[in-house]
Amino acid sequence: MSGVRVLVGTRKGAFTLTADGTRDRWEVSGPHFAGWEIYHLKGCASDPNRIYASQSSGWFGQVLQRSDDGGKTWTPPGGGVTKSPEGFPMGESNRFVYDTSPETGKPLTTHMWYDGTQHPWEFKRVWHLEPSLHDPDTVYAGVEDAALFRSTDGGHTWHELSGLRGHESGPSWQPGAGGMGLHTILLDPTRPNRIFVAISAAGVFRTDDGGQTWTPANRGLNSQFMPDPNAEVGHCVHRIALHPSRPDTLYMQKHWDVMRTDDAGGNWREVSGNLPSDFGFPIDVHAHEPETVYVVPIKSDSEHYPPEGKLRVYRSKTGGGEWEPLTEGLPQRDCYVNVLRDAMCVDALDPCGVYFGTTGGQVYGSRDGGDHWTPIVRDLPPVLSVEVQELP
Amino acid sequence: MIRVVLPYHLRNMAMVEGDVTLDVDSPPTLRSVLDALEDRFPVLRGTIRDHDTLRRRPFLRFFACAKDYSLDPPETPLPEPVAAGVEPFLIVGAIAGG
Repeated sequence: MSGVRVLVGTRKGAFTLTADGTRDRWEVSGPHFAGWEIYHLKGCASDPNRIYASQSSGWFGQVLQRSDDGGKTWTPPGGGVTKSPEGFPMGESNRFVYDTSPETGKPLTTHMWYDGTQHPWEFKRVWHLEPSLHDPDTVYAGVEDAALFRSTDGGHTWHELSGLRGHESGPSWQPGAGGMGLHTILLDPTRPNRIFVAISAAGVFRTDDGGQTWTPANRGLNSQFMPDPNAEVGHCVHRIALHPSRPDTLYMQKHWDVMRTDDAGGNWREVSGNLPSDFGFPIDVHAHEPETVYVVPIKSDSEHYPPEGKLRVYRSKTGGGEWEPLTEGLPQRDCYVNVLRDAMCVDALDPCGVYFGTTGGQVYGSRDGGDHWTPIVRDLPPVLSVEVQELP
Repeated sequence: MIRVVLPYHLRNMAMVEGDVTLDVDSPPTLRSVLDALEDRFPVLRGTIRDHDTLRRRPFLRFFACAKDYSLDPPETPLPEPVAAGVEPFLIVGAIAGG
């Protein structure tokens, strides 16, 4: 591989950070879509030039953007041609319509609102984009209010996989403080029909038939704030991650507790061990070592910043339970930033690179698996997401 | 010829500078102008009106000849100076910080 491209979504635009395989010197490009919230960008494993971006605005709603040249130019996909004869973009790709019942024409279900009443499902934004591992034109979108959509035409048209929202537990799902978003989509590299998703304040769900039917995968989770702490759904899962060589093992950062399952979500057990706080948002797995896991603890659900003002990534090389702080190159005093759920990732180079972005606008990178860190760029808008592509 | 003034971010999305000019059957209405705008710039569909309900997005307002048309029904005819292209039809985003 010749290098890497780090894709950064922020409150006010998108940035791309590019380096050769040494990951020593970085070129920063952006802002793209200046002034817009970019919730998430994700590049295709099967085509490094193809990137999808979720562009969102309180004024103008959701827009999907696509790049076919590695982030240099962007277009809302669709229309067959990208520009009219007059040079205007013809794309139209922001139509996310919830599936309806053929009998009634009404939404499949309602879900629970903050006040305990039922509330109709309303599309707000795309939280996460997950391209297929093999086909650059197939991409999944996790949206708020929680639902899973799929496009098979490069992001032009979107169709809901409504079996998820139609699960019998759907009416009991309720939003967390940040909304009810479907924020994690994991595609099993060994089983094409298996997908894991995680939904804020609902939990993890798994399909083994490509998205038609779904099963909650939350056994073993314990959430003391719930009326039934061990309920099948309702757990506030912040992020889940898996290693491609061992996809039955998943790790979870939950609203309190770091968890692990070795049977594809059949049973979870806590692996928080000696972490200074088991509250946090991101979690990821080393590219080559499925027992090496990273989290960024923050003090509590009320104080979304690192304990003692020391920004530390914690690494476990034993699949959880035993954790070591990684501090070299990270601020160890007066640091009160947060790292959001989609704002940490790893590359597949050797040694493995690890990257994360903060709400203070820094993007840090390590090219030795977390032993040493350097700021790639500072003073960006608050970082919402960080993803990486390996370049051939 | 109708002149439409778009908010800054929508001008960028549509890749236009300055006013947009549209041919709209007479007499132009709120709906016919927005239909013509979206026909010419499909990329704007969903950004001004909801895809399905065609309701105005809540942080946008419509003005013409110093009158607020935001709450008027879609069939409302626009004033003669707008129909004649003398005055623009304004699509304005709420001023809010952050």
